[in-house]
Amino acid sequence: MAESFDIVIIGSGPGGYVTAIRAAQLGFRTAIIERAYLGGICLNWGCIPTKALLRSAEIFHYMQHAKDYGLAAEKPSYDAAAVVKRSRGVSKRLNDGVGFLMKKNKVSVIWGEAAIEAPGKVTVRSANAEAPKGALGPGTYEAKHIIIATGARPRLLPGIEPDQKLVWTYFEAMVPERMPKSLLVIGSGAIGIEFASFYRTFGTELTVVEVLPQILPVEDAEIAGLARKAFEKQGIKIFTGAKVTRLDKKPDSVTATIDDGKGGTQTLTVERVISAVGVTGNVENLGLERLGVKIDRGAIEIDGYGRTNVRGIYAIGDVAGPPLLAHKAEHEGVVCVEAIKGLKPHPLDKLKIPGCTYCAPQIASVGLTEAAAKEKKLDIRVGRFPFIGNGKAIALGEDQGLVKVIFEKTTGQLLGAHMIGAEVTELIQGYVVAMNLETTEEELMHTVFPHPTLSEMMKEAVLDAYGRVLNM
Amino acid sequence: MPINILMPALSPTMEKGNLAKWLKKEGDHVKAGDILAEIETDKATMEYEAIDEGVVAKILVPEGTADVAVNQPIAVLAAEGEDVKSVQAAPGAPPAQSDPLAAPHPAPAAPPFPKTGRDSGPGPSMPSSSKAGRESGPAPAEPHPLTPSSGRVASVSEPGAAPTTNGHGRIFASPLARRLAKAVGIDIVRVAGTGPHGRIIARDVEAAKPGGAALRAPAPPTPTPQMPAVTPVQAPADDKIRALFEPGSYEVIPHDNMRKIIAQRLVLAKQTIPHFYLTITCTLDKLLSAREDINVTAPKGPDGKPAWKLSVNDFVIKALALALIKVPEANVTWTESGMLKHKHADIGVAVAIPGGLITPVVRKAETKSLITISAEMKDFAARARARKLKPEEYQGGSSAVSNLGMYGIEEFAAVINPPHATILAVGAGIERAVVRDGKLAFATQMKATLSTDHRAVDGALGAELVAAFKTYIESPTAMLV
Repeated sequence: MAESFDIVIIGSGPGGYVTAIRAAQLGFRTAIIERAYLGGICLNWGCIPTKALLRSAEIFHYMQHAKDYGLAAEKPSYDAAAVVKRSRGVSKRLNDGVGFLMKKNKVSVIWGEAAIEAPGKVTVRSANAEAPKGALGPGTYEAKHIIIATGARPRLLPGIEPDQKLVWTYFEAMVPERMPKSLLVIGSGAIGIEFASFYRTFGTELTVVEVLPQILPVEDAEIAGLARKAFEKQGIKIFTGAKVTRLDKKPDSVTATIDDGKGGTQTLTVERVISAVGVTGNVENLGLERLGVKIDRGAIEIDGYGRTNVRGIYAIGDVAGPPLLAHKAEHEGVVCVEAIKGLKPHPLDKLKIPGCTYCAPQIASVGLTEAAAKEKKLDIRVGRFPFIGNGKAIALGEDQGLVKVIFEKTTGQLLGAHMIGAEVTELIQGYVVAMNLETTEEELMHTVFPHPTLSEMMKEAVLDAYGRVLNM
Repeated sequence: MPINILMPALSPTMEKGNLAKWLKKEGDHVKAGDILAEIETDKATMEYEAIDEGVVAKILVPEGTADVAVNQPIAVLAAEGEDVKSVQAAPGAPPAQSDPLAAPHPAPAAPPFPKTGRDSGPGPSMPSSSKAGRESGPAPAEPHPLTPSSGRVASVSEPGAAPTTNGHGRIFASPLARRLAKAVGIDIVRVAGTGPHGRIIARDVEAAKPGGAALRAPAPPTPTPQMPAVTPVQAPADDKIRALFEPGSYEVIPHDNMRKIIAQRLVLAKQTIPHFYLTITCTLDKLLSAREDINVTAPKGPDGKPAWKLSVNDFVIKALALALIKVPEANVTWTESGMLKHKHADIGVAVAIPGGLITPVVRKAETKSLITISAEMKDFAARARARKLKPEEYQGGSSAVSNLGMYGIEEFAAVINPPHATILAVGAGIERAVVRDGKLAFATQMKATLSTDHRAVDGALGAELVAAFKTYIESPTAMLV
């Protein structure tokens, strides 16, 4: 007799495990299936370990600039192995934490590779990775509702296939044996730019090639332009509208042929290449084709509540399409199980999902870019406030950056906010809350922001949109 | 500080209600959550819960009073430690006009309190925290601006519906929602909130825009300013009608709320919805035998009664639901800006009750078993008769069933109940002689007439829906798969 659950979630990334906790809170008998690491890519090979690496880079940067603060740091240096070790330790700690959370919420962990036999039935085969203590093993499990949260993996482009040695994906880039002398990063999304920023801080010669006309393609053009200037000032070479057409590998180097998009080609020899050209959904080997689950360009098609076209089968997170962000996956999962429970949640509003890139300077945004707002023919007011006008920023020695807000003219609706500079990834949430509560410029202007903080710039930018800026 | 207990707006469109019964008397101690009174609203009797704690100092409106205006003080609560006797009723309006025949759309009752000076609805002040009369109630009902598209005569002021969200005046609405509503001339209190705890958010205002989905259902008792300009043929004045009859030859029965709502809604339906009608004959023999088979298998409950007893109407509800799913283009609601194409078949079922009728809605009827539908209808019918249905149980839906078969009616045509696009009028199953394969035979047949909103569903589409319905009725096993 197969063990039976109300909800079985395939994949224990941030989407999957948060969904499991919420499902358990709602009283569902819940299980989560994982084949490799509790916490998925995010905790083990993504968001979290890269933040640990970037923190080391940030401190190293400050050590190099100790003099600016009246301090002395004799010949700052680093130990690459120790930097990596710290990052792995952070992941391990959180990975254990997920195990604890599953136990605490009485979510059964099933260890292995899952496939959906039929709606209501999942078979699990044994996986290579060692099972954590107390996990259930391979077998057949029954579930009234099956939620696919299998995430995504690096996309492969023909000609620049990763080989684990010379051409890296984020997996290898996260655990370097040493800092390479030179590095080519293909793709300038969040992953590519964060690694570029990390390695550049430790002195690697860095080139970034982006096929689109702007780096950080999803960000507001003005912010991306400022980012580009900042990176170039740090010595990163950037090609936009350009393509790597060929990689010639030697024993310990790679020569890349770059089509600069203006009819010219260049060659560039680097020690290592990072392919960060996006990710693709893990939709294979789940039995989805047989069940007739609709898949469009590597993503499972869902409605606002995570429901696929097959009853009893749901999908959330990266495997269900963009934006590919952990917090989007978490929220989709929560909405999905709340809808199953009959709680009538609102579907996720994709325009209110913030995005953060933890390079130096940091970049954070939510909502429409200026270009997107104009494309929608919206009548807008734009407000800006630079870091240079903010006391706290100057005190921090971080006077480069910009806060930009976009309002709809007639309604005062906050359509978007875009920031670049120190700590903006921690600031953006203020605007996200504002957008979700549907505040207008009036409430933001009536809100008291603490002095002296970087957050004051958020109010100033709003004031600027209405011609009332104070400190500029 | 004494606290005024105000007549609550228990349904979104309620302007007046009847104070059916007091459950507390003067001198009684009241805790938050205690049931103070029973209020009769449009179509239901609802309980009114206390929000504040104190002692009932004075009952201002005796039980049994009809047409008490929303927000009129109905009692005074003395706070803890206050001298009950010295508590004076806070200034309030006298009971509003009570002659229901005087005017079908009375101008708003005199604002019960001086205006607070706000123009965008009640602000954050709570009546219970009032310091003086100035703030002792939500902003008074105000005539709200007509939309530019409205052709209504400006002198007819709209009775301002009262805020409803938490029973004591404050409207929970996002700033953006308020501003959007103001911009398009929608009174925010008429918008049904779908945000957390019923908060009105921007999308709700979007939905309530002219041509948007709807204002708070049930359809407002007065034509809303969002309705297309309709100049109804003025009915003769009441006194002219009365003059046609000899004095003393009749008695005047005042309309209750339900009667008024029925009158208003059906006038609205017939004036704004271009109806057409499609009649079909269905042979019931297979259905009747299936019904019998299912009913005899019902296990007996502890009370000796069978666990279920399906009626023909239960089959009709399910068949109509499945037909709507099969012909999804007919499972729609007309709005000016676009067709609402429903994903489920929510079927209203007309239930006759003393003094009128009400249409509880079987939600997602296509997903429910006949036994579930049957049990739900029994529960609805019982609670409808007791006037205990909640507004959300009789609002919305995409089609409806009205069955007069039990009265022997062979066929009839029903009036569409907005926001539905169709309504199926079902006649009696009658044994008839029919010609089958060139021979005379007996068959039990039923006629069903679909009234259709031509704005939303055209003739051929309506016919498709009716044909699908007939298929399910005549092959009832298809309903079971």
